[in-house]
Amino acid sequence: MNTEIQSFIQKYDLLGCIQCGRCTGGCPVTVRTSLNVRRFVYNALDENMLDDLAKLPEVWDCTACNTCAVRCPKGLKPVEVLIGLRNILVESGVVQPAVRDALESAFREGNPWKKSRATRSDWMDGLEVNIVEPGEKVENLIFVCCTIAYDPKVQVIAKNLVKVLNKSGVDYGFIGNDETCCASEVYNLGEVGEEGLFDMMVEDNTELLNSYDAARIVAISPHCYSAFKKQYPNLKAEVIHYTHLVKELLEDKKLELTKELPKKIVFHDPCFLGKQNNVFDEPRYILSQIPGAELVEFDRSKQRSLCCEGGGGKMWVETESRKERLAETRIGDAKDLGAGLVAVACPFCFLTMDDALKAKGFEEEMRVAEILEILGELID
Amino acid sequence: MNNKPKIGVYVCHCGVNISKMVDVDAVTEFASHLPNVKVVRNYSYMCSDPGQLLMREDIKNEGLNRVVVASCSPRMHEMTFRKTLAAAGLNPYFLEMANIREQCSWVHEDREDATGKAKKIVSSAVAKVRLLEALYESEVNVEPATLIIGAGIAGIQAALDIANAGFKVYLVEKSPSVGGKMSQLDKTFPTLDCSACILTPKMVDVAAHPNIELMTYSKVEEITGYVGNFQVKVRKKARYVDMDKCTSCGVCAEECRLAGRIPSEFNENMGKRSAIYLPFPQAVPAKYTIDPERCLFLTRGKCGKSPKCVDACLAGAVNFEQQDEIAEFKVGTVIVATGYDVFDAAKKPEYGYAEYENVITGLELERLVSASGPTGGDILIGKGENAFVPKEIAFIKCVGSRDKSVGNEYCSRVCCMYTAKLAHLVGEKIPDANVRVYYMDVRAFGKGFEEFYDRVRREGVRYIRGNPSEIFKRGDKLVVKVEDTLTATPLEDEVDLVVLAVGLEPRKDVREVIDLLRLSQSSDKFFLEAHPKLAPVDTATDGVFLAGCAQGPKDIPDTVAQAKGAASSALVLLSSGKVKIGAQISFVNEATCRGCGYCVDICPYGAIELVEINRMGNILSVARVNDALCKGCGACAAGCLSGSVQQRSFMDRQILPQIAVLGVMR
Repeated sequence: MNTEIQSFIQKYDLLGCIQCGRCTGGCPVTVRTSLNVRRFVYNALDENMLDDLAKLPEVWDCTACNTCAVRCPKGLKPVEVLIGLRNILVESGVVQPAVRDALESAFREGNPWKKSRATRSDWMDGLEVNIVEPGEKVENLIFVCCTIAYDPKVQVIAKNLVKVLNKSGVDYGFIGNDETCCASEVYNLGEVGEEGLFDMMVEDNTELLNSYDAARIVAISPHCYSAFKKQYPNLKAEVIHYTHLVKELLEDKKLELTKELPKKIVFHDPCFLGKQNNVFDEPRYILSQIPGAELVEFDRSKQRSLCCEGGGGKMWVETESRKERLAETRIGDAKDLGAGLVAVACPFCFLTMDDALKAKGFEEEMRVAEILEILGELID
Repeated sequence: MNNKPKIGVYVCHCGVNISKMVDVDAVTEFASHLPNVKVVRNYSYMCSDPGQLLMREDIKNEGLNRVVVASCSPRMHEMTFRKTLAAAGLNPYFLEMANIREQCSWVHEDREDATGKAKKIVSSAVAKVRLLEALYESEVNVEPATLIIGAGIAGIQAALDIANAGFKVYLVEKSPSVGGKMSQLDKTFPTLDCSACILTPKMVDVAAHPNIELMTYSKVEEITGYVGNFQVKVRKKARYVDMDKCTSCGVCAEECRLAGRIPSEFNENMGKRSAIYLPFPQAVPAKYTIDPERCLFLTRGKCGKSPKCVDACLAGAVNFEQQDEIAEFKVGTVIVATGYDVFDAAKKPEYGYAEYENVITGLELERLVSASGPTGGDILIGKGENAFVPKEIAFIKCVGSRDKSVGNEYCSRVCCMYTAKLAHLVGEKIPDANVRVYYMDVRAFGKGFEEFYDRVRREGVRYIRGNPSEIFKRGDKLVVKVEDTLTATPLEDEVDLVVLAVGLEPRKDVREVIDLLRLSQSSDKFFLEAHPKLAPVDTATDGVFLAGCAQGPKDIPDTVAQAKGAASSALVLLSSGKVKIGAQISFVNEATCRGCGYCVDICPYGAIELVEINRMGNILSVARVNDALCKGCGACAAGCLSGSVQQRSFMDRQILPQIAVLGVMR
């Protein structure tokens, strides 16, 4: 027992913490929940308290936005402590049914949405899509993301990417039904045990992705992108986000936006793209190329962007709070800016922000759209 | 001298440091059977007076001509025992230390094995000591002058001390005026002395001192040579103003077409200056300078019909024909007092320093509260009609210090106290202001610091323990997102002004100084001292000393103390007039040297050069060691492909038998 707990303290370098509070200070959800990540880091030093700590409901309020880790002056990752506590629950099997089902579905079907693997490519029906087989040479190997593949509300993102790719004539290929969840959310839900589900999925995915003769892996979701960049040490191909690719296409004039969109557009930075991976310019460049559009900025943008609460397993665990959702705060800020279009570059951001727009009742004057969806409407 | 070796071996107990892990009696017995060993003794403390007396008596009575001391590291007591040998009339280099403490008793846990290892170490020292040669130290003269690079408070203080001791000082400053960062400060903690009032007299003294040659707006371009004999080349940049003619009346600056349009560096870019300017009212020398990157005439070749400064100057001091000048001189010592940069707050984008005009740095606030600042001492935020007096004011400490996320792990040592001072000054200027200080720790370690911290709190400044994570805007307020860690309360504190207590960093141009003097940096990227405790102003280069924040963050009292220390170290060399050159240095056998130059590249001190010699009519290239520059590290000897470079006391024929003994023993 003692050696195991020692490893918890060592694993998260808890003794390096000076309790300065920058983690909790920066945590976006503190305005609506009682989560105080600094206190978790402090209390976790007591080996006897770990099981009790894991049972506190606010362990599930964390969105894994990573602000605490990015800003920690001592190089600690407080977010990982919360995920480590989730792991205690997952390992002991006392976890919410929704979380249990998501993890089981990821294990059995390669997606956390309880959908059949055989239907992963159904969104392609009626589209002209290049599928590549292992061993085949391909410039851009596209990785779709489970949420985009299965959720009818966001399948439009992938469909429009196909439109963009076909229009530009760039060399690309989709994986098809063999594509398996990147496991980013599996990790955030607490499946982080040694040689557990996450490790297994990383290993299998690495083998699958390396079986293609691909120059680049293009992730549509920032969550897959971030996982491939940071948690897959053995990928052969370069990993990029689709905004990198689209920026190139626009710069090389392989893609031209002909139609006008005379709207005020504000871009919402996804945590997994911006804060965590410092991709700020590509989405803004793309939007700046839209004829007739005016680009405005949130006060809280780029490194100071506000999380939409879509990540960190929040798709499966609802936060008990009557206070305004952060996505609603965000939509309110967009309204104050006079924006007619809130552009996002992440399926989770799309879902939370679109819900918030409807909850606020701003459907008449404002719209939330993923960048690819906007692009799809501007090309023929 | 009879060259047959008669060796004395002295085994030290070092109290119990050695004897508890090494059987010193067994080592003594073992050593008595080694070849050429005449006397073996062990004693509780060989370095003590009675211990040294044992050695001296044996040398005299037994006719010993070589000595092995089996004790601690040579870094500890080699000098001690060399003196013992010299006192007994023996050449001090007939000594070999056998390190059975640091390399044996301290690092082992098995007494039997440790004793066996101690025997091996002693036997190898005995094998070597027989082959040592007598060596003699030489001396070189010291040029009685010092070069000081940087004329902030550190350089100024060191210059005055050395000049007052009667030696020549060349004080070189990059900017147009002496004074450095201290001249930008309003008051100093914890005494609240007016910074200018205590600094300005020293600035004037430096300019007027007969022993100080002040070169402002100048840059050291090259330093060659070695301790006692450095050759220096300085570029005195063209000011385009004749220093002898300028009366500092200031009419030129008023008339300049760019008057009030160029950000003033002295005021942290908040105030404006002209292209021809005096950096600040008390500047020394009180002479105007034309900014060559801004001046219309110098950048475009045209400034109206004729430059207004030329027309305005009644003294005829403006001279666009002026050229840079090169000054060359010799000095015996060098003091590096190049100072620091403040941390660039834009490197922490979460604080919005680049976005919000009401997020400012401590140094900017310093200029705002200063009577000579851009607002005449009023704390006014914003420009023109929108300028306002802030009421809710938050300080954030440790910005760019103690922070791995920006790569600075060290504490900057001044921010805690300058924050307390500024918080106090804000209270003086804006009596109804609510001031809070967000902190992780309060480090009030200096004389009078804790008392000052107590005073400031009692004046009503609130200290809230929490390191803010983010600043954003809500309406016309700034929101500081932070946790009060003592009550575990996340806060969104709405304020009018945020002051970032930015830390100290090595200067961005630090590389230039490193290249001039081959200085090393510590892990924090400040210059590395020779020893963190016992040689804090020395460097690895003899005759080169450090003063002030170039060596690491410091407050003014510590900077002045260190400057005086550097001056004192320089004076030791200057006043003795001579410097000893080490004896255990390298030499080249020119008969076998092939002149490949490999050792020249290897030498970290630039002590070896290739020279041409005439051997029976053939011009050949061979390596030659500059004895004064050689530090005896041995890298050249280890690297030489033909064995032509050898290091005295560590020659191949001395160390190979030493190693061989280790190999054949079991």
